[in-house]
Amino acid sequence: MTIEVPQRKNTAFDTSELVLNMGPQHPSTHGVLRVVLRLDGERVINADCVIGYIHRGVEKLCENRDWTQIILLTDRMDYVSAATSNLGYVETVEKLMQVEVPRRARYIRTILAELQRIASHCLWLGTHAMDIGAMTVLLYSFRERELVLDLFEEYCGARLTYNAMRIGGLPLDIPTGWDKKVLAFCDLMEPKLDEYEQLLTNNRIWVSRTRDVGVISGDEAINLGLCGPPLRGSGVSRDLRKDEPNAAYEEFDFDIPLGTRGDTYDRYLIRMEEFRQSIRIIRQAVHGLPEGPVMGKVPRLIKPPAGETYHAIESPKGELGYFIVSDGKSTNPYRFRVRPPSFCNLQGLSRLVKGHLVADVVALIGTIDIVLGEVDR
Amino acid sequence: MLETVIIPLLKIAVLLNAVLVAVTFLVLMERKVIAWAQARLGPMRVGPYGILQAIVDPIKLLLKEDITPTKADRWVFTIAPVMSLVPALVVFSVVPFGSDPLYYVADINVGLLFIISVTSIGVYGIILGGWASNSKYPLLASLRASAQLVSYEIAVTMTLVSVILTAGTLSLVGIVEAQRETGVWFGFIQPVALVLIFIGGLAETNRMPFDLPEAETELTGGFHTEYSGMRFALFFLAEYANIIVVSAVVAIIFLGGWLQPFPNVALLSFLGVIPGWVWFIGKIFVFLYIMIWIRATLPRYRYDQLMSLGWKVLIPIALANLVLTAIVKVFV
Repeated sequence: MTIEVPQRKNTAFDTSELVLNMGPQHPSTHGVLRVVLRLDGERVINADCVIGYIHRGVEKLCENRDWTQIILLTDRMDYVSAATSNLGYVETVEKLMQVEVPRRARYIRTILAELQRIASHCLWLGTHAMDIGAMTVLLYSFRERELVLDLFEEYCGARLTYNAMRIGGLPLDIPTGWDKKVLAFCDLMEPKLDEYEQLLTNNRIWVSRTRDVGVISGDEAINLGLCGPPLRGSGVSRDLRKDEPNAAYEEFDFDIPLGTRGDTYDRYLIRMEEFRQSIRIIRQAVHGLPEGPVMGKVPRLIKPPAGETYHAIESPKGELGYFIVSDGKSTNPYRFRVRPPSFCNLQGLSRLVKGHLVADVVALIGTIDIVLGEVDR
Repeated sequence: MLETVIIPLLKIAVLLNAVLVAVTFLVLMERKVIAWAQARLGPMRVGPYGILQAIVDPIKLLLKEDITPTKADRWVFTIAPVMSLVPALVVFSVVPFGSDPLYYVADINVGLLFIISVTSIGVYGIILGGWASNSKYPLLASLRASAQLVSYEIAVTMTLVSVILTAGTLSLVGIVEAQRETGVWFGFIQPVALVLIFIGGLAETNRMPFDLPEAETELTGGFHTEYSGMRFALFFLAEYANIIVVSAVVAIIFLGGWLQPFPNVALLSFLGVIPGWVWFIGKIFVFLYIMIWIRATLPRYRYDQLMSLGWKVLIPIALANLVLTAIVKVFV
C-alpha cells in the first residue's frame, strides 16, 4: 500500500520543500537518532532515518570474547532493559549446548524479565508522554521505575547494566525477603498505573494527539518487519512469550492485549495493559517459586559444540533474536548476530510519519519505543 | 509639575520594578508548583526553600555569553526581544490596582482596546526573532506563532466585545465600577466569556497546552532556539509578564478587580478590611496558579488541532455569546 502525500498545486507563489535535520541532538529523538525530514509547510513528505551514531561494534566485539563475557556486552545493547538482553543471549547459548536450566532459575528469570518489562515500559511511557507535552507523567513513571531498579540492585548489585544471568542458570539465588518486596511492589504498582491512565487515557488532548496517528495495517506491519507492541497494535497476535515460550512462561496464565486500529493510541493502550499482565505474571511466579538450585550442570569451560542456532525472546520492545555460530573449537563464538527489535521497528518510522505533521514525528518516535544503543549496537 | 510629571514617573518606576520582580518570582513559583505536582521539591539550594533562586536566575542569564549566530540578521535579531518585552510592560500602565488614582498610572477611556492593541505588538517580537535567527526550527515556530496569535486574537476580542456590552464602558476602572453597581462579578453574568478569554489568553501567551511556538520537544525551543543570555531572558520576561497581564485582565473583567466578593451584600462587608489591591493580587494569583496547574497536567495540542479549535470552536461560541449578550442588552 502506498501512502498518498498531498502534492501542493502550482500557485503564483514560489514554494519549495524545507529539509529539516531532526537530530542527532534533539530532545525527542531518544538518543542519537537523526531524521532527515522533507517538509511541505509542517507536513512531512518524506523522512529518512540516519543511524550509526552510537555504533560500538558490539557484535564483532562479542566474537572476540569468551561466552560468559558476552553477557556483559549484551547489557550495553538495550541498556534500559538489560535483563531481557541477558536472557535472550544465555538462552541461545543454552539451546546450542542443550543445557537443562533448573526450574527455580527459570522462574527467577521470568520475574526479572517481567520486572524489566515494567521498568522499560515506565521509561517509554514517561518519554512518550513528555514528547507529546505531558511532562508530569515522566516524573511519576520514573518514580516507580526507581523501585524496580532498587529491586534489581538488591538482587545483583547493579541498577542499569545487570549482568544478571549466566549460561545454565543464575549467578545468585534471590536474597532473603526479596520475593516479599517484589509482591509489595506489584501491589504498589497497580494503583500507580491507574494514576498514569487518569492523566492520559481519557484526556481529550492526549486522545486527539494519538488517535489515528501513524495508522498501520496488520499486513503492512508484518511486511515492514515490525514486532512487539507496534505489531500487536495492528491486531496481529504475535508474542513470543505465548507463541514460542521461553524461560517459564508456558506455566503462567496471561493475556496478550491486541489493538484494533493500529494507531498510536492503540499502541499506548497495549503497553499500559502489558504493565498489568507483567504484574500478573510476576505474582504467579513469586507464589509458585519452586525450591532447588539456580545453576544447572554446565562445564567449567564453556565450549558449545559446532553448530548454529537462532533463538528469540519477547523483549519489552519486541522480538529480540540472537543468531550464534560456534565452531566447536574456540572459547568464543564464530559469528554473533543480533536481531534487535528497536532496529526493525525503526524501519517503520519513515512509513508511519509520511503525511503527518512535525509534531507527530516525535509522537511516532515515542510510540515505536526505540533505544539507540540497540539500534546501532 | 509634581502632579503631572513627578508622581506619574514615580508610579511608573515602582510599577516597572514591581512587575519585573514579580516576573522573577513567578518563574520560581512555577518551578515550585510544577515540582510539587510532580512529587519533587523544585529549587532548594539557593536561600531557604530556594527562594533566592528568583534572584540568581536573572543574574546567571545576565552573565552568560550573548551569542549572535553568524548568519542571523543582526539588527532584527537584537531588536526582536525588546519588541517582545516592551509591549508586555507598557500594558501595565492601564491596569488599575485600586479605585483611587494612586493605584494606577493612567485610566484611559479605551483601556481595554489599548491592552488588546499593545499586546498584539508583542507577537512581532516572536515572529521577527524566529525569522532573524535564520534557522529552521525558529522559522517554523514563528510561523506557528503568527497563525496562532492571529486566530486567537479574534476569539478573544470578540468575547471582549460582549463584556464591553455588559459593562457599557471600555475603561478598566469603569468596568470594575460597573461590577460594583451590578453587585456581582461579571464572571457570574458572562461565564462563557470567562472561559473563552482564559483559553484565548493561554493561547496568546503561548502557555500549555498551546505552547506550540516554543514546543521544546518538537522544535527544540522554538523561536528562541538561537537566543542566549540576556536576549533570551528578555523573551522569557516578556512571556511571564504577558501571563500576569492576562491574569490581571481576567481578574479585572470577570472577578471584579479590587472588589471584595459580593460588594453590596452587607453581611460580607467585614471583608472590606482587606485592602483592594490585596484582593486584586490574590485574584491574579488564582489565575496564575491555574495556568501553572494546567501546564503540569495537560499534553500539547498539535498545530492543526489548535487552529481548528480556534476557528471552529472558540470563534463561533464567541460570536454566539456576543449576539446573545446584545439581544439581552436590547430587550431586557
